[in-house]
Order: sequence, then C-alpha cells, then structure tokens
Amino acid sequence: MSTKPSAEAELMTTADQAAVRRAISSTSRPPPPSALSAALTFGWRGMLKVKHVPEQLLDVTVTPIMFVVMFTYVFGGEVSGSTAEYLDYLLPGILVMSVLFTTVYSGVALNTDLTKGVVDRFRSLPIWRPAPLLGSMLGDSVRYLLAGTVIILVGVALGYRPDAGVGGAAAALILVVIFAFGLSWVFTTIGLKLRSPSAVMNAGFMGIFPLTFLSNVFVDPTTLPGPLEAFVNVNPISILVDASRGLMGGEADFGDIAIVLAVAVALTAVFAPLTTRLYRNS
Amino acid sequence: MTTQSPLAIEATGLVKAFGDTCAVDGVDLAVRRGSVYGVLGPNGAGKTTTIRILATLIRPDAGTARVLGHDIVTDAEAVRRSVSLTGQLASVDEDLTGRENLILLGRLLGLKRPAAKDRATELLEAFGIAEAGGRLVKTYSGGMRRRLDVAASIVVTPELMFLDEPTTGLDPRSRNQVWEIIRALVAEGTTILLCTQYLEEADQLADGIAVIDHGKVIAEGTPGQLKASVGSGSLRVRLLDPEQRPAAEQILDRELGLVTLEPDPAALSAPCSDADRGAYAVAELARGGVHIADFSLGQPSLDEVFLALTGHPAEEAPDQAHPIAEEQEA
Repeated sequence: MSTKPSAEAELMTTADQAAVRRAISSTSRPPPPSALSAALTFGWRGMLKVKHVPEQLLDVTVTPIMFVVMFTYVFGGEVSGSTAEYLDYLLPGILVMSVLFTTVYSGVALNTDLTKGVVDRFRSLPIWRPAPLLGSMLGDSVRYLLAGTVIILVGVALGYRPDAGVGGAAAALILVVIFAFGLSWVFTTIGLKLRSPSAVMNAGFMGIFPLTFLSNVFVDPTTLPGPLEAFVNVNPISILVDASRGLMGGEADFGDIAIVLAVAVALTAVFAPLTTRLYRNS
Repeated sequence: MTTQSPLAIEATGLVKAFGDTCAVDGVDLAVRRGSVYGVLGPNGAGKTTTIRILATLIRPDAGTARVLGHDIVTDAEAVRRSVSLTGQLASVDEDLTGRENLILLGRLLGLKRPAAKDRATELLEAFGIAEAGGRLVKTYSGGMRRRLDVAASIVVTPELMFLDEPTTGLDPRSRNQVWEIIRALVAEGTTILLCTQYLEEADQLADGIAVIDHGKVIAEGTPGQLKASVGSGSLRVRLLDPEQRPAAEQILDRELGLVTLEPDPAALSAPCSDADRGAYAVAELARGGVHIADFSLGQPSLDEVFLALTGHPAEEAPDQAHPIAEEQEA
C-alpha cells in the first residue's frame, strides 16, 4: 500500500465532514455572469498565466532580441553601411516578428486546455459560449503588447530612436497587435485540430518561421531573386512591416495600413467562427 | 418548469456514434433526486460519453434526456445552470494556483469578486488545501488535485453533479477522502451521477447502479439486487503462510466445497451462504493447524457480478493494494 508523506495525512484531518458540509450548504446560486464579465474573467486568467509562466513570453522575446543584437552588429555595417542605420531598418521588422511568434502560443494554450480537460469544465458552465475564446484572445493581446514593448525598449537601449517618437512607436505597436489578433485565430483553429500542444507548436512555427523570414524583416527585397522578391512583396507580413516602418519613421502609408487591417479582419472573419465551431464540438 | 419530477435524470434511448464506433448505443437511465447513481463499466464502455451527453457537452445522435426537468438539447442553458461536471482528468488549470482556480470558477458562475474570494478561502479550508492554496496546481499531489477539482465543482453548490471516475489513479487514502466528500454532498441533498470502473466504489457510494458494457445498460438495480442476482455469498480466507494453502484448500473443500484459489497466493474462497457453516469451517481450519491472517464472509463482490453479467472480468484496478484495503474496512 502506498503511503503518502505525513503532510498529506495532516491535510486530511483538516478536511473534516462538518467543514465540507458547511461549505456545501452555504451558498445560493447567483445569476450567471454577463457575456462581458465572463470574457473579462477569461482575460484575467490569461494575465495570471503571463505572471505564473513568464517563460512563454521569454521564449518568444529572447530569440528576437538575439536577432536584433546579432544582426545589427554583425550584418548592419555590410547591409546598410552602419549599424545605426540598419537598426533603424531592422527594429520595426523584429517588432513584427516577435509579436507574430507569440501568436503561436494562443493555439498551444488552447490545445493544452483541451488535452487537460479544462475545456470540458468551461463548456459545462452557464456562460456566453464564445467567452472563453474571446477572453483568452483579449489576454493574449496584452501579452502581444508586452512582447512588442520589450522589443522596442531593447531597440531604444541599443540606440534606436523612432523619427515619429513615442506616438509613432505606439501606433505601430497597436497595428501589429491588431494584426496578431487576427492571425492568432489561425493558430487557435490549428490548436483545436491537432492532438498535442507540442504538435501545435511545431506546426505553428513551421508556418510562421518561413513566412517571417521570406519578408522584408531583415533585408530590402530588391536584392532578392525575382520570384522570391515577388512573393516577399505580397506577403502580408512584409506589408505589415512596411506599415510599421512608416508609422515609426513618420511617413505612414495609409494604403499599407488599410491592407493590414483588411487582412486582420479577413483572418478573423474566417477563422474565428471556425475556432468557435470546433470549440463547441470539441 | 411547473411540475417537479421526482427524477433528476430521465434518459431514453441515448445513442452517440463516433465514426464507425457506437460509443453509446441506446442507454436509458432514471435517476431519483437526491440519490447517488452509479454507472459502472470498464474503460471504453461508454460511461464518459453518456456523462458528456447529459452535461450538454455533446448532442446525442438519437434519444432524449431531461436533466432536472430540462431537455438537454433544447434547454441546454438551463441544464448548465444547475449542474456541475467533474471530468475524468482533474480539470483544473495547472498554471494557476488552487486559489485562483476557485476564484475563476466563482466569477464564471456569477459571484462578485469579493464573494468569489471568500468562497475560495472557505473551500480551500474545508477541503484541507488551505496551505497549498497559493501554490501552482502543477505542484499538487494527485489527491490534492482531485480535492481541488471537486471543490471547483461546488463553488456554487450544484443540484446535480456529474462525477467521472473521481478516484481513478488515487491512492487508497486519497480515495477515501474523495468518498467522504461525496457522502457529504449527498447528505446536503445533491444528486450525483457517478461513473466508475471500480466495483467497490459503486458498492460503497451508490443507491442504484447501472452496469454498462459496449454502450448498453446490461443490468440495473441496487448493489444488493445485483449481487443477489448472481447467487450466494462466499467465505474468503487469507493465510499467514501461503505454503499452507493446499492444506487449507483440502479442509474448505471438505466443509464447503468448490474452493477457488485467488490470485493472491495466500488467499482462497468458497461459496457459503450460511454464517454458521462459515464459522465452523474457519474453526476447522484452526483445528487443522492452518494459521489465518484474516477472513471474511459476505455477499459476492461486484467483480463477480460483472463477470457473471458480461462474461468478461472488469478491468483490474491499477492499485494492487485496493482489495486489501477493502477487506480491512469490512
């Protein structure tokens, strides 16, 4: 017979019948929460996870920080003539990259909930059906903001000064977060389709990694071979990077911004209902 | 709802298939309010699917069910308002503390923030996890996690609680704790639908039992009725020295006949419905110089019931200490 350590025995004696019965009988059922309150509660849960599992945020910010530092000092002089000039070019791109990497975790977290059985409990509650998803996405958006802020601050520490000032940087950050919100529905869909959190992680990065590199994050696409240049130019991530550079550099291109917003809306329109349906039938 | 049915669950002809496999194949259930109803069956018998249908997580392909008077398909919202589900996996968030888990559930059930906090404190204390309340759940032992899971299910006391294998994987001590909590819930008037693959668990807790196999209810009744349907009781003896089993077998065979040698090399049993004869047989063993560690005289176990009903044994409990614990309680 397995014997648990005495701490467990200690705990047991405190779980006495009378206290349990009092706890059972001492509530009346309140009316169910409003849709907003339920969604915000799930957002709060997302925040708690940032607090308790900061590794997740570190994972996706450390790599971009390494890229900023290494690329700036190793290639900066060669690519742009000076490290300072390359940092100007690179930082908005790295901002996009780090925030988009973070979106993969929305899918991973949802899959974790599914495999651990937490989803079943949430689905048995008297709450507005999309609240768990929407709330998690709200929480994740705060996480994107944090990741983006960290990258911008690292850039500033290395000498980056956005021409459009704090306002321009903030505008770019918000645009990136809006796009990330749209993109993360893709990963939540994948998160509900695949079997394990690590499968979601692999599939997610297999998609987002090449898409991010085959863009104008690191180099000017005019230096690339023709077909690749053509792809890079229509890659929505390139357009997002262009829009962010514009906003941070004080030459905002409203055409680019409009395309970015349209893509975010389109991704949400397609994948949010898909996620919701998969969640309901999980 | 105007008329209060005496039944908490009435299900007729529930069917649910996943691809080619029919997980639930025409299940009927009638569960009285305030009772504990056991759904007993091996892994894959369709227990979890039945619970998921009744808790409105999945829709049945066919059949109807009312839970606390509400139709599970057309009035799912009302069902969710009065039930709670404790899933097979202790469905708590590992990346949160125990306390945060309870506050989260309280908020989602409609409690205001201060009330949710007070409730979390009260439950952590009542369930003996107050000291661990501030720790992340991933650091909890299996028993603590299960207690938190049950606590999370009663943040707002449900009228009906679905419990899916609440003690699977727990050591005997933690299992007894969970049983005590279930008994307390029943004493306070909560109806419980308990799915289990442990026959002893259904025997200990349930007023009524449905035995389910391959998606169908194959027998139904009180634990006593089910046992009676299989036949007589038996005398079970465990020896101090397994070497003496042949000698004991000889004596019991003479006194009672039809001796069964159990997997435990020191144990054997024989059919015996008369306590006097059982006592005499034990005395004969002692006279024959056989040393006895313990003996029990009782109705057939639900294991035997299951074997008789399905033609195959129920799954072995993963915990080998299980039958011994049972005996010591008896």
